[in-house]
Amino acid sequence: MNSIPSKQQIFDALVEKQGLENVKKLQAATVAVCGLGGLGSNIAISLARAGIGKLILIDFDSVDITNLHRQQYKAFQVGMPKPEALSSNLKEIAPYVELETHFVRMTEENTIPLTASADVVIEAFDKADAKAMLVNTILEQNPNQYLVSGSGMAGFKNANIIQTRRVLKNFYVCGDGVSDVNDGIGLVAPRVMACAAHEALTAVRLICGLIPEQGK
Amino acid sequence: MIKVNGIDIDIGGKSFVGKSIADYLASTNYDCKRIAVEKNGDIVPKAKYAETLLAEGDALEVVSFVGGG
Repeated sequence: MNSIPSKQQIFDALVEKQGLENVKKLQAATVAVCGLGGLGSNIAISLARAGIGKLILIDFDSVDITNLHRQQYKAFQVGMPKPEALSSNLKEIAPYVELETHFVRMTEENTIPLTASADVVIEAFDKADAKAMLVNTILEQNPNQYLVSGSGMAGFKNANIIQTRRVLKNFYVCGDGVSDVNDGIGLVAPRVMACAAHEALTAVRLICGLIPEQGK
Repeated sequence: MIKVNGIDIDIGGKSFVGKSIADYLASTNYDCKRIAVEKNGDIVPKAKYAETLLAEGDALEVVSFVGGG
């Protein structure tokens, strides 16, 4: 196997593609990814590739065989805790990203302690109740923090209806808003990845200061 | 006029002026465990749905989450 590039080499390559100012901001940033399934595992990989300084990875679940069709795990990782499995995959892709992992279910009680140090919190759960719990807890207790949520990426419809919407000054929702996995429409990797990409890009744009402050 | 997600809800002679957010939600199909509500640009804490009264000109945004991720 080839040796991996040095930290400086990876930094230089990031600067070539993303620009020095953006890379400096991304390297200084921390993002909490809440839920490491089809959304979260793809979001974490996107952000690690983009040169995020630190990721906080939170999930209570282990890799299941039914996750492999859309989540960024490998067949041999079935049964492993998701934070551990994803960390290992991220380190292969982006060896210098700092990772903090929590193998725990998020609740109203532990949400703020787990996410307070992040510049951006990303909601990437699968259950609607859990999404609402996280969003309400952050907006009520830490309203100045950037929060990006995902809702509506199930099924096989055209991905063009997946959008990013600014709901509050610091709160964004990505997705088509309506496609519910509980309607028996299934989930397919590219559509979930489209929503994950919206969430990850919103985090990048917020960190790089590319979204105007004005608005609601 | 009170707007929810950009749509006037005071129609057909019925008005929600003076009613609470909980009253409004009870008249809809929203599942309270799966929503976040903002009023005029600020989040409404879940514990305050019953005591937050609607006034003429209020704009609510109800984000209703669906499953999948």
